[in-house]
Amino acid sequence: MSFDNAYEALIDGHEDAHWAFGTGFSEALAGVDREVPDVDRADLAAYCLMLGDDALVLSQRLAEWCSRAPELEEDVALANIALDLLGQARMLLTRAGEVEGAGRDEDALAYLRDERDFRNVHLAEIECGPFAGGDFATTVARLLVFSSWKVAQYSRLRASADPVLAAVAAKGLKELAYHRDHAAQWVVRLGDGTDESHRRMRAGLERVWPFLAELSTAHAVELRLPGVAVDPAELRSEVDGVLDAVLAAAGLTRPADVPAARVNGLAGRDGVHTEAFGYLLAELQHLHRSLPGAKW
Amino acid sequence: MSASWPLWEVFVRGKRGLNHVHVGSLHAPDAEMALRNARDVYTRRNEGVSIWVVPATAITASSPDEKDPFFEPSGDKVYRHPTFYEIPEDVPHL
Amino acid sequence: MDLEAQFERTVAAEQRVEPRDWMPDGYRKTLIRQIAQHAHSEIIGMQPEGNWISRAPSLRRKAILLAKVQDEAGHGLYLYAATETLGADRAELTEKLISGRQKYSSIFNYPTLSYADVGVIGWLVDGAAICNQVPLCRTSYGPYARAMIRICKEESFHQRQGYELLMTMMAGTDAQRAMVQESVDRWWWPSLMMFGPPDAESSNTEQSMKWRIKRNTNDELRQKFVDMTVPQAEKLGVTLPDPELRWNPERGHHDFGQPDWDEFWQVVGGNGPTNAQRVEHRRKAHEDGEWVRAAAAAHAMKHAAVEEGVA
Repeated sequence: MSFDNAYEALIDGHEDAHWAFGTGFSEALAGVDREVPDVDRADLAAYCLMLGDDALVLSQRLAEWCSRAPELEEDVALANIALDLLGQARMLLTRAGEVEGAGRDEDALAYLRDERDFRNVHLAEIECGPFAGGDFATTVARLLVFSSWKVAQYSRLRASADPVLAAVAAKGLKELAYHRDHAAQWVVRLGDGTDESHRRMRAGLERVWPFLAELSTAHAVELRLPGVAVDPAELRSEVDGVLDAVLAAAGLTRPADVPAARVNGLAGRDGVHTEAFGYLLAELQHLHRSLPGAKW
Repeated sequence: MSASWPLWEVFVRGKRGLNHVHVGSLHAPDAEMALRNARDVYTRRNEGVSIWVVPATAITASSPDEKDPFFEPSGDKVYRHPTFYEIPEDVPHL
Repeated sequence: MDLEAQFERTVAAEQRVEPRDWMPDGYRKTLIRQIAQHAHSEIIGMQPEGNWISRAPSLRRKAILLAKVQDEAGHGLYLYAATETLGADRAELTEKLISGRQKYSSIFNYPTLSYADVGVIGWLVDGAAICNQVPLCRTSYGPYARAMIRICKEESFHQRQGYELLMTMMAGTDAQRAMVQESVDRWWWPSLMMFGPPDAESSNTEQSMKWRIKRNTNDELRQKFVDMTVPQAEKLGVTLPDPELRWNPERGHHDFGQPDWDEFWQVVGGNGPTNAQRVEHRRKAHEDGEWVRAAAAAHAMKHAAVEEGVA
C-alpha cells in the first residue's frame, strides 16, 4: 500500500482476509452442497442449534478474557480460539435457520431467541473466569474438556449425511484440535508449575468436572438423527482417554465423577440453563433488541 | 520470583522454496509455547508455514561495523539481539 | 571516526539506525519513551472497544471487533519487542505503565458509550493514528520503522471497518443516525488532540525531528487530518462540531477551531473520564496473571533441569 494517503484503504476492495480468521464465512463453505437430507427438518434444525449454541456461548465466555489475559501472547491466543468458535457458531446457526425454513438468519437466532430456546450444554455457559466463578486455570480446564469432547464429536460428524454439518465439522476439527492442544499445554504447565498453580488447577478441574456427564447424555433429537447426528454416549471413552492422558502428564488426578444435578431431569439441551446464563444472554442480546429493525 | 518469560526470536518460512525469515520476537516460558504463540501472533494461523523459534540469548551477532572499537560486547543486554532485522513485507513472494 | 558524526550522517542520509549501532543516549531514551508510550496506547486501547465485544449487535460485528481488539494486542506486542532491541524490558515497561510513570495516548481516557463509538473510533481515532503513524514507517530507527509498516497495514483495515460500520448505521434507522452524530460530537475534539499540543507548546518536537524519530510537526499532521476527514464526513452525512470549520482557498486547507487545550492537559495529567479505570484494569490483568507466568516459568525451569540431568 502507499503511505501517502491514509484514507486510501477506505476505497480499497472489500475483502476481509486480513482479519486473523476472517470475519465472513461464506468462503469456508464455498462449493458445499446445501441440500437438506431426508430427515425431520425440525430435528435437524434443533441439532444444528445445539452445536451452534455450544460454540456461540463458549466464544462469548472466552471473549471476556480479551485485555485480561496473563500475558499479551495469551490474549492473542484466547481471542483466536474465541474467533474460531464464533465462526463455527455462525455457520451452524445459519444452517439451523436454513433447515428450519422460517427465514431466520444467524442473528435472528443468536439475538432474538429467549433463554429456554438455547440448546447449549452447561459446560459452555458456566462462569470460569476472568470474572467471579473461576480463574485462568478454570478457563483452561473448561477448554480442555470442551475441546476434547468436540474433537471426538466433530471427527465423527465429518461423515454426517448432512453435507453442511460434515463440512463445518471438517473445518472445525482442525481448529478444535488446536484448542485442545493449547488447553492441554496449559493444564500440564499449571499442574506442574508451582504449588499455587497446582492447587488452582485442581480447583479448576473440580469446578468443571460435574458438567462432564451432560456431554455424553443423549437428547432425543440426537437419537432421532442416525447417520446425521452423533450419539454423545459414543464419545465418552475417547474423551476420558484424552483427559486421563493430559492429567497424568500434569501430575493431576481425576476428580470424582459426580454429575451436576438436573432440574426436573432437564439440562442445557432441553433449554434449561444455569442462573448465570440469563445474564450472559442479556449482555449478548440487549443492543440488538434495543433497536428493532436496525441494520448492522 | 520474577515471572517474566524469556524473549524468543521468530523465523517464518512463508512457503516452500523460501528461506526462513526473521519476523519479530515474543515472550514465552518455553520452546513449545513459543512455537504456539508464534503461530498465533505472527502467522495468523496460515497452515503449511514453517516456524522456527530461537531463544534470543542463543543468537550471536556481529557488530554492524566490526572496526567499531567502542561497541560494547556485553552479551547480556537484550538490545544486542537482532529483533526485527527483517520483516516479511519487504520480502517478495513471502 | 567520531561516532556521533557517523550517527548524524547516517540519520541525515535517511539510512536506518539498527540495534547494534552506536547511538546517542538521548536518542535511545527518547525512542524507548516514544515506542513504549505507543505500545502502552495499543494495549490500553483494547479496553474502550473491548467494552463492546460482549454486546456487539450482530455476529459479524462481534467477529470484526474481537479481531480488531486482538490486533491491538499484537501491535502492542510488536512495539514492546522494538523497545527490547534498545535494551528495555516489557515487564519493566508494564510496571511503569501501571504505576503511572509512563503515559499512553489520552484518547483512550474517554469512555465508549454507544456502539457508534466503535465506528467513530475506527474512523477518527484510527484515522488520526494513521496520520501520526504513516510517517513513522520512515522513522530513523529500523526496528520501529519495520514494526510501524506492519501496524499501519493493519490499522488501515481498522479504519475501514469503522467507516463501513458508520455508513451502514447512517443508512439505517433514525435512531442509528442520531447515535452516529452524537458519537462524532463526542470524539471530534479529542481526535484533534491526538496530534499533541500546538507546535509552539510542544517540547519534544525539534530534537525528534532532527533525529528523524518524528517526521512532521503536530500542527502539520493535525491540518492533514482535518483536510482528509472533512470530505469523509460529508460523504457520511454527519456534521463535524466545529463552527469555525471552512475551506480556505488561499491556504488550500481547511481553517478550523482549536480544541480545549485545558481539557487536554487535564486528561494528560490523569483527570480524564476514565484514566484511573484504564490503568486499574491493566494493573489487575497483569497482577492476576502473575501466578500463571510464575507457574509456566517454574515448569520450564524444572523441565530444563531434567533435560540437563539426562544429558
